[in-house]
Amino acid sequence: MYKVEDRGSGSDEVKLHGPRYPYRLNFYDTPPLYDVTIEAFESAALNRLRVLAEIESSAARDRKWDETKTVIIAQCEKYLPLKSAGALNVDLDEQRRTDQLGHFVLRLAFCRSEELRRRFVKAETTLFKIRYETDDSVERQKFLGSRNFNWVAVGDQEKAEHQQSLLTYYNTKNDDFAREKYFKVRWTRVPDLVDRRRVFLKGGWAYVPGKEQSSIIYQEFETHLEKDLMVTARYMPRLDEDTRLKGVLDNLSQGFLAGVSSEWNSSPMDANVQGIKAEMVDELAAKHFPMCMRNSHQKLRADHRLNHFGRLQYGLFLKVLGLSIEEAIVFWRKSFDRITDDTFNKMYKYNIRHSYGLEGKRANYPAKTCQQILTSGGDPGCPYRHFSVDNLRSALVSAYGLSSADLHDVMNQVKNNHFHVACTRVYEITHASSGVKRGDGVGSGESVTHPNQYAAKSMELEKAKEEKAAAMVP
Amino acid sequence: MTDNAVSPELMDVFYRRLFPYKSIFHWLNHAPTPEDYFTKREIAFNLPNDVMLRYRSYLDVDEFKNEVCKLAPTRFEIGPVYTSRPRDKKTARQGTFNPVARELVFDIDMTDYDPIRTCCSSAEICKRCWAFIAAAVRILDEAIRDQFGYEHLLWVYSGRRGIHLWISDPEAMVLTDEQRKAIVNWLSVVQKDESKRPNIRFGSRPLPASLKPALDHLAYVFADLILVDQDCFLSEKGSEALLRLIPDTRIVETLRNDWAGESSGSAAKWQAFKAQIKTYKKDSSARAQLIAAMEDIILQYTYPRLDENVSKKRNHLLKAPFCVHPKTGRICVPVDPKTIKTFDPESVPTVAQLIAELDNDTDSQHHSDWERTSLKPYVEMLDKHNQRIMDHERKIRRGAEDMTW
Repeated sequence: MYKVEDRGSGSDEVKLHGPRYPYRLNFYDTPPLYDVTIEAFESAALNRLRVLAEIESSAARDRKWDETKTVIIAQCEKYLPLKSAGALNVDLDEQRRTDQLGHFVLRLAFCRSEELRRRFVKAETTLFKIRYETDDSVERQKFLGSRNFNWVAVGDQEKAEHQQSLLTYYNTKNDDFAREKYFKVRWTRVPDLVDRRRVFLKGGWAYVPGKEQSSIIYQEFETHLEKDLMVTARYMPRLDEDTRLKGVLDNLSQGFLAGVSSEWNSSPMDANVQGIKAEMVDELAAKHFPMCMRNSHQKLRADHRLNHFGRLQYGLFLKVLGLSIEEAIVFWRKSFDRITDDTFNKMYKYNIRHSYGLEGKRANYPAKTCQQILTSGGDPGCPYRHFSVDNLRSALVSAYGLSSADLHDVMNQVKNNHFHVACTRVYEITHASSGVKRGDGVGSGESVTHPNQYAAKSMELEKAKEEKAAAMVP
Repeated sequence: MTDNAVSPELMDVFYRRLFPYKSIFHWLNHAPTPEDYFTKREIAFNLPNDVMLRYRSYLDVDEFKNEVCKLAPTRFEIGPVYTSRPRDKKTARQGTFNPVARELVFDIDMTDYDPIRTCCSSAEICKRCWAFIAAAVRILDEAIRDQFGYEHLLWVYSGRRGIHLWISDPEAMVLTDEQRKAIVNWLSVVQKDESKRPNIRFGSRPLPASLKPALDHLAYVFADLILVDQDCFLSEKGSEALLRLIPDTRIVETLRNDWAGESSGSAAKWQAFKAQIKTYKKDSSARAQLIAAMEDIILQYTYPRLDENVSKKRNHLLKAPFCVHPKTGRICVPVDPKTIKTFDPESVPTVAQLIAELDNDTDSQHHSDWERTSLKPYVEMLDKHNQRIMDHERKIRRGAEDMTW
């Protein structure tokens, strides 16, 4: 059990805090002050990280705000449900507690460097915006009332004095103007409005109309979080001594690089992928495999061998794809056609059986996720990350025949280190004929986070297409 | 402007006897005794052999003076206040050495006016192009005081073809990079692409209130400077540039035909444009659009052009006041925005001139050396400015002012 109380703020706050979470929106002023298991600690963070990673890739893919919102709302529904007070049969406190816990664990993971802090703040602020926009307006008003945002209401006389000036900024008709309430805040609180010259400034005060109030709140959220992260960063060295957490946190901070893997690991037999035979792999590789697995496959075919990590990565991928142990032995035996049966049995068969959990400690090993592949040393690794630029370029052209515009698009993502976005983009391009549009990702806007997810979605699409075609023919 | 305008011997004497260390110290420090704003402040030196020495910092003014005299830099620049002393940067734990404060700075450089000025180009500057700078100073000075409410503005001539603005208000000191970027964008009107009109309007609404007073003043500047002095639309290139900014193809064609082969001056061309606008009915939307375009063109030609990158980041270095410009030998002196119009860059003392003054003056020994030269009024100007900053700071510390926004 781990006590999250390492904030230097005395424990007398516990009484004040109590178990209740009155609002759906949260500025995360108080850390979770209760015992929590390592498992809950990690899973709350992982679920939140999935959503944040998707927010990041939405930004990398230039999604419009509405699209981003739809995608993220769907993701939140899945991983990070947070219902409004009106929802029935939902343990609101529990949801809000998890929300708070996940947030604070990720603070620990992302406070370590300027870069991580910046990205975390950006993603969290986006999440907050989405929740704010979707929040019930009565609840939201209550939440706003619960905090002091330090704004000054503009009196009628002052408002009248600046009427002409105010009207040049805000699209209000004269009778609306009479009704509109204005707030005054220091201009530093609304830099985004100042940036776009969308606010009236006088003597360092910004006159913000009621409907732009959210701008102040987002800004407040952002600066608040930035400041808190700096404080957390300063306490980090003390926490690093706790060996139970270090591994978990290190692992989490990798999450932004690769996205968080979805659950493809432990369900090898998906309904639509039963009984793949050894001889089908060639065709499947060309049609459905992501770049990394395609690359492994080609290498295997060209060299008639594959290094240990290559076999492990590719072998587990095939296992999860649906290749049974019998078929796997056939597949590998045929692939290594330059060695004798004896050598094969001695050197490789055991390992193959081992990876299927039939030897040694009999563990059911999951396939490697994008995150693991990306952070491996390369070889085989992720082509988008580990190939040289020229090599990747020619590999993309020869494997998928990308047009130069598409190629440019993909390479740009690679250049900005958005490797999974590049992969997702390739998926979209190569599945355009099945009606996949830019921004769709591997279904409902999700990015690629696992090679098996890529392959399975691709096969699903084809199956749907075939069924549709079959239905057309009477 | 020969090289001996700034010979090492002259620089040596200048740093030993003339440079106003104490005033610079007060200005950076905001208080009479050393505080973080001085001791944790980065000073960066440009040495004669093109070597840049960064992350220097000093505990007090004497240490600062000794090092400057020892290094004899061609010039030095002022950076931000960091979380710890810049000279201990290497011993700071990674990620804990960060900029926390610095003056809000602006840089206006004549080169940004090259597309429109007709008298000089690139590094040159004459009395005539100074009018652009004068207009920019007046607009910015007013806008920043009125809209942002800052009071402690120090304008400094950059020694050749530009001017710097340093703002030392407590709030301005601690602006984040994001806030700095916001204020820069607020004050930027002219687009990078000269052929595009400024993007400042929301639909058909009138000019934003922040630009209205600027326009009122710039309309005069435009009439004098652009139409007469610089005669910007005289050449074919100039008049084409003007036509590109007019959104009405009928008028553009008419004017282009009228002006072909004829070399009427800018004032006449502008009149012709205005006459064309009047061919549309009063209160018609076409006319309103053209009047908006006319206002935009005035701003395009006269509104301040900022070197944006200088202002956007807290950790940008900027040349310190009272340094010597290495090419011209002129001192980077403070300038009073109220008399900016009559300021003559050529009248700014050079280092050679100051030292000659010092040699000729055999008067009393009781004063600081700078008091015996024409540097005196400029140093006094800075000292007065410092006094106001320190008074303000003292008031805040006494808690007399409510700062809880």
